[in-house]
Amino acid sequence: MNKKRFGSRLVAAPYYVWAAIFIIVPLFMMIYYTFTDVNGVFTLANIMQLGRFKKAFGLSILYALISTIITFIIAYPLAYFMTKIKISSQRLILLLVVFPMWMNFLIRTYSWITILANTGIINTFLGKLGLGPLQLINTPGAVILGMVYDFLPYMVLPIYTVLSKIDKSMLEAADDLGCNSLQKLRRVIFPLSLPGVASGITMVFVPSVSTFYITQKLGGNKTMFVGDAIEYLFNLGPDFYNVASAISLVLMVLILLCMAVMNRFSEGDEEGVII
Amino acid sequence: MKIFSKIYIALILLFLYAPIAVMVLFSFNSSGSVWVFENFSLDWYKELLFNTSMLNALKHTIIIAVLSAIISTVVGTAASVGILALRKKVTKSLVMSATNIPLMNADIVTGISLMLLFVFFGKLLGLHESLGFITVLVAHITFNLPYVILSVMPKLKQTDSSLSEAALDLGCTPLQAFFKAVLPSISSGIFSGFIMAFTLSLDDFVISYFTCGHYQTLPIVIYNMTKKTVTPDAYALSTIIFVVIFVLLILYNTVQNKSSVKEAAKI
Amino acid sequence: MKKLLSVLFIVLIIACLFSGCGYEYFDLNLIGDYTNNIQNKVLNVYNWGEYISDGSEGSLDTIKEFEKATGITVNYSTFDSNETMYSQLKNGGVSYDIIIPSDYMIERLKNENMLQKLDFSYLTNYNLIDEKYKGIFYDEKNEYTVPYSVGLVGLIYNTDIVTEELDSWSALWDEKYSNNILMFNNPRDAFAIAQFMLGQDINSLNKSDWDKSKELLIKQKPLLQSYVMDEVYGKMETGEAAIAPYYAGDYLTMYETNESLAFCYPKEGTNIFVDAVCIPKSAKNYEAAMLFINFLLEPDIALANAEYIGYASPNTAVVNNPEYYYYQNEILYPSDIDLPKTQYFTDINNEIRLYYENLWIDVKLH
Repeated sequence: MNKKRFGSRLVAAPYYVWAAIFIIVPLFMMIYYTFTDVNGVFTLANIMQLGRFKKAFGLSILYALISTIITFIIAYPLAYFMTKIKISSQRLILLLVVFPMWMNFLIRTYSWITILANTGIINTFLGKLGLGPLQLINTPGAVILGMVYDFLPYMVLPIYTVLSKIDKSMLEAADDLGCNSLQKLRRVIFPLSLPGVASGITMVFVPSVSTFYITQKLGGNKTMFVGDAIEYLFNLGPDFYNVASAISLVLMVLILLCMAVMNRFSEGDEEGVII
Repeated sequence: MKIFSKIYIALILLFLYAPIAVMVLFSFNSSGSVWVFENFSLDWYKELLFNTSMLNALKHTIIIAVLSAIISTVVGTAASVGILALRKKVTKSLVMSATNIPLMNADIVTGISLMLLFVFFGKLLGLHESLGFITVLVAHITFNLPYVILSVMPKLKQTDSSLSEAALDLGCTPLQAFFKAVLPSISSGIFSGFIMAFTLSLDDFVISYFTCGHYQTLPIVIYNMTKKTVTPDAYALSTIIFVVIFVLLILYNTVQNKSSVKEAAKI
Repeated sequence: MKKLLSVLFIVLIIACLFSGCGYEYFDLNLIGDYTNNIQNKVLNVYNWGEYISDGSEGSLDTIKEFEKATGITVNYSTFDSNETMYSQLKNGGVSYDIIIPSDYMIERLKNENMLQKLDFSYLTNYNLIDEKYKGIFYDEKNEYTVPYSVGLVGLIYNTDIVTEELDSWSALWDEKYSNNILMFNNPRDAFAIAQFMLGQDINSLNKSDWDKSKELLIKQKPLLQSYVMDEVYGKMETGEAAIAPYYAGDYLTMYETNESLAFCYPKEGTNIFVDAVCIPKSAKNYEAAMLFINFLLEPDIALANAEYIGYASPNTAVVNNPEYYYYQNEILYPSDIDLPKTQYFTDINNEIRLYYENLWIDVKLH
């Protein structure tokens, strides 16, 4: 028995080696670059410089928060309504919601330019109605729209999964206890769906806060978000690797903190439900 | 209420598919613009055949997706078996946290940290080029592995351990026991892990962007294109991919529906 | 029906992916000799995007023709700025046999000992290069480079929106055109415009000069619609934006789709550039690279490339060919009288370069 156990533990060895080299070591590389200068000498200068990027950090977090909230507001009712229809149509709609994720997101985002541009589809249509052109592209709204659009499926999927697994008897019990449907939603369904909401929020927030494509294409390239700054600095070459690593490191810590908070939140509630 | 919810779902779907509709429409544009639609034509589908850089990139993308999905499925399945066999809880949770890192981290951070690793050791080894086919492949396997592990592990946990013991008692070697008794019962997890790895790899842009060197995949070529003028042939290619995946998904869905109906009938 | 068509196309594409069909070769009059017995059959070429005739829209496919003539396989990739190319080369991430950077970047690569001398005995077509473009500052002794393409920066504007005739960079700061102005999305070109406005040297080594131009760029930022590079095509062609600084050759391409567009060389002066072919030190296939350079100089090939790219050609076989699409074009080949003061970018020392790169980041972060 022991021998067998040793054997099955051994089959994971390639993975351990892999994870050590390609998951753990790269993180140390990033830390190494953060605390050294171009010549590999220890320095804190990169960390000290980060003040310059506080606006970028602020904007990224703000936009990511707003788009995560909007995504949630759109996704929750969708997921809820989906659980109310026939199982076969549920599956079809789920497929349709997830399907755009298989398409290249660069192309999908780029298409929005055609829709939103001053000479684009919406404004051409408005022009035909005799209404003045609206400034849609290159605005904060366009960036948030892009984020919501690209990451919506990540929110719908986990919420739907949780909602569809809620035990029907729970709802019946709530009915028996005299809850109306709004109370049922607030007291029973929503608390039960929190783990799904939490993972949806992280799955939308993380890519939003670190994106560098949406802001460039839909935001007119005029402001730099954290993702843009990292991409730009890395493309400038080795002279800027150290600063860029420092920004990435801070971004990573920020994201991991967020995750920790969200995890605690969802786990805590799960326990609450059990009790 | 019912009607309201239907309208709501329809509106969201409209929102999700509007840009895709625009893409499909403009792939049939007769002029080279993705802004102004002139006439219907199939010129850009023909043009696509001459666009060697895009077709090469497609080839690269498919090669990387297939290889990385296969390798990460094999390594990841083995890893799940090994991790479950770990006795110490601390080691187990340590391994799982490490596994979760690429899953939770922002793509840009994963991509950059891998790039730093490749470049640093490339220089150390005095290589002429440290980024290319191997490094994208390694990067893709790295971010695929957690997904494979997370879809195989739950199935493996559900599998009764007496199953493999029974096989051993019947005179199987441990390897035979695994392949004959355990593997069939976790095959659905392995399959979904493989599919997930494949699609993630197919669609990855950010991590490839930092690790691919001149082994450019399709998303990279499209990104470079959107920095210039996007011509409708990129839309044409995307439309073709769209139709292929759509048909495959619908087929998969109907097959599943049928089998679930059958299962229900059995019960 | 659509489904059926698409399926058909997929089959075609998959067939072509692995065979490379679809392209019909041209009958070329090649002057040089391309027979060879090179062992290494792969050539890595790194060039600007859309900077070589590639067989699209019925044009000649330079790469395919070269592969046919020599039996060498070309691995072609593209960059979007000199700096991207430089960082790729510098961090050792990739190795290329052929690169086509601009003048100042060549100077830097040469100074950093990253280029190899060319063996001119291979370059039987080198005599076609206009004397004007030999011995330029980045390669005074003509050892490292062969010029590929030449251009000037100017001001492109849409006469539907801009009713006056423009002749100055100051239009880019004109509040009348607020939200209709585009600006270069790279530090070197953007600073150069501010520096011409301020009457400074665009290769200034004086930090306070750069500070002043930074202020000017920050002042411009609220008026801008966006910072662009090649996105400028779509935005100018459709009338999405009214004014943009860009390269003369690109103006001609835009004019084909939108005839309301006009062009001028601003009176404050403007930047002239030469992009030239070189071989990096890290090249793995020197001999094939030499064949490729000579091939690019072939009159038929150079003509196809000049017409495809739309920039001025340094190749006399192209410029003097009456069948050349841009033969004697006044915008591409202005006479010296029509031309304002022009200045090349030169390589700026590391300290100043880091300084202005950081200023540019500040402009973008502002």
